Amino acid sequence: MRPEVITAIAKKDLLEVRQNTSAWLPMVIVPLLFAVGLPLIILLAPRNPAFLNQIAADPDLMSFIDRLPPVMLAYLEGLDLNQKMVMIFLGFFFAPMFLIMPLMFSTIIAAESFAGEWERKTLEALLYTPASDAELFVGKMAAAGAPALLLTWICFGLYTLVLNAAGAPIMAGKISFPLPTWYPLIFWISPALSLLGISATVLISARTKTFMGAYQLSGSLVLIVLALVVGQVTGVLYLSIGSGMLVGLVIWLTAGLLTWLSVRLFKRAFLLISGD
Amino acid sequence: MKTILSVEHLTHRYGDQPALDNLSFEMQEGEIFGLLGPNGAGKTTTVRLVNGMFPPSTGKIRVLGLNPTRQGTEIRRQTGVLTETPALYERLTARQNLEFFATLCEMPKSERPARISELLSFFGLEPRANDKVSTFSKGMKQRLALARALLHRPEILFLDEPTSALDPEASAQVRDLIASIGREDGRSVLVCTHILSEAERLCDRVAILGKGRLLALGSLEELRRRVMPGLWLEVELLSGIPASLEARLATIDGVLAVEPAGSSLRLQVSQLAVVPAVAAAVISAGGHLLRLQPQEISLEEVYFALQNESNGGSHAS
Repeated sequence: MRPEVITAIAKKDLLEVRQNTSAWLPMVIVPLLFAVGLPLIILLAPRNPAFLNQIAADPDLMSFIDRLPPVMLAYLEGLDLNQKMVMIFLGFFFAPMFLIMPLMFSTIIAAESFAGEWERKTLEALLYTPASDAELFVGKMAAAGAPALLLTWICFGLYTLVLNAAGAPIMAGKISFPLPTWYPLIFWISPALSLLGISATVLISARTKTFMGAYQLSGSLVLIVLALVVGQVTGVLYLSIGSGMLVGLVIWLTAGLLTWLSVRLFKRAFLLISGD
Repeated sequence: MKTILSVEHLTHRYGDQPALDNLSFEMQEGEIFGLLGPNGAGKTTTVRLVNGMFPPSTGKIRVLGLNPTRQGTEIRRQTGVLTETPALYERLTARQNLEFFATLCEMPKSERPARISELLSFFGLEPRANDKVSTFSKGMKQRLALARALLHRPEILFLDEPTSALDPEASAQVRDLIASIGREDGRSVLVCTHILSEAERLCDRVAILGKGRLLALGSLEELRRRVMPGLWLEVELLSGIPASLEARLATIDGVLAVEPAGSSLRLQVSQLAVVPAVAAAVISAGGHLLRLQPQEISLEEVYFALQNESNGGSHAS
């Protein structure tokens, strides 16, 4: 495989994404919301004493905090109510929600890269070049995977910065972000979810052959993330370092299987005939 | 001349659907070769097979001495294909499109800017080089797609329906460009078309396909002779046809048939040498000869005669 060809394919796909507003706009809005907007709202809201008193007087909320798994409670020891709220929302519950990003970024770009070529009938000219099936596939995978991961990591850095800066007056140096439980999510589960999103989108693109169709169908993968969010909130599955590594392994294996199926599908003969 | 493309007993099926049936032909170096046929005749499938996009069901193909089934990548390094739709990235500029394909075709980085400028200038697109392709007219897109196919100086250029989506003016422009690529550059060009006037104007030889089968192969002259043996003359008279003229013409040696056609006569003769005898007979019969013209059968007539024959009919004369 020739790196220059792979890079050219990836670069071209990203240039096209940049020109498609419905592709890049969600990739700007969602990170800003998750990494900056919502954390700032949560960090600034508890400073209102009336709001804190209201929380302290809510028996449901207090019993919810008491019922949290012991691993989570360990992080809350010695914190006042204000600090506990920041820790619960931004330290625990936001963690699985962050996984929406690698999944969303990768499926948007992959839908544009794979289904978009079909939709705009540009695939045939690409297939008549000397680029091999493998180079085309890897180039398109790289176009979706690399920016998805890079953006996720940038958002993670931004989130860390916002939490530590805006949260400093509240946390008073007791705990700094990110919590160790975030590392498996960001560096182990996120790449797996990116690959899962891309490979699923390749398979979906072969059927729908339109950018919006592929994007909407692959969007159903968000259910995986929602399941993790619900698990975390209800305390059924707390994403500790160990469980995070295990969940990541399952996603890696699933993504591996779907990638294998995508590679088998991504052959000139199939691409040409199904594009007719 | 060197054979650069040969197809022997090529058969291909898409599932149960037959696409090509025992097709054989050869293409020579420097030739403009036409594949003619209606939609579904197997023209695009032939281009795909010879470029190694997928293997044929049966049959043998050699392109520049290479086997497309095993050496598709090597073949695509030496061929350029203009697909039926321009297949350009419309959100990118003309130059970005060409730069992308130049990289994929392994053109050395140092050569790319000059080659791209040369082609943009040749196809009259230099002033719009940095505009998005989505702002181009259909004719401009087709010219850019032609430039893309020629980027890496291919040995063989395949053009799949190069003018089918264009208006007459743009068609003529693209046809002139193809002619200059073929005739002036000496490049081998295979043109797939259902536009017969295009093939007539461009091609040295044509293969006429029908339902995946080869109906005829040869130069236009060879095909004319095959469909309509002999030569047809149109004899136009100023003031009516003398009563005895038809009978007198029929007795001339070399006259094969005489048919009245309004105030004119149509004659089938074995060769051009018979024409003076025909003229003398008309005059001696008292006819006022206004015009005596050998009739050229067009490719269109050849084509329809062959398609009709393949559908179970006979040659129309």
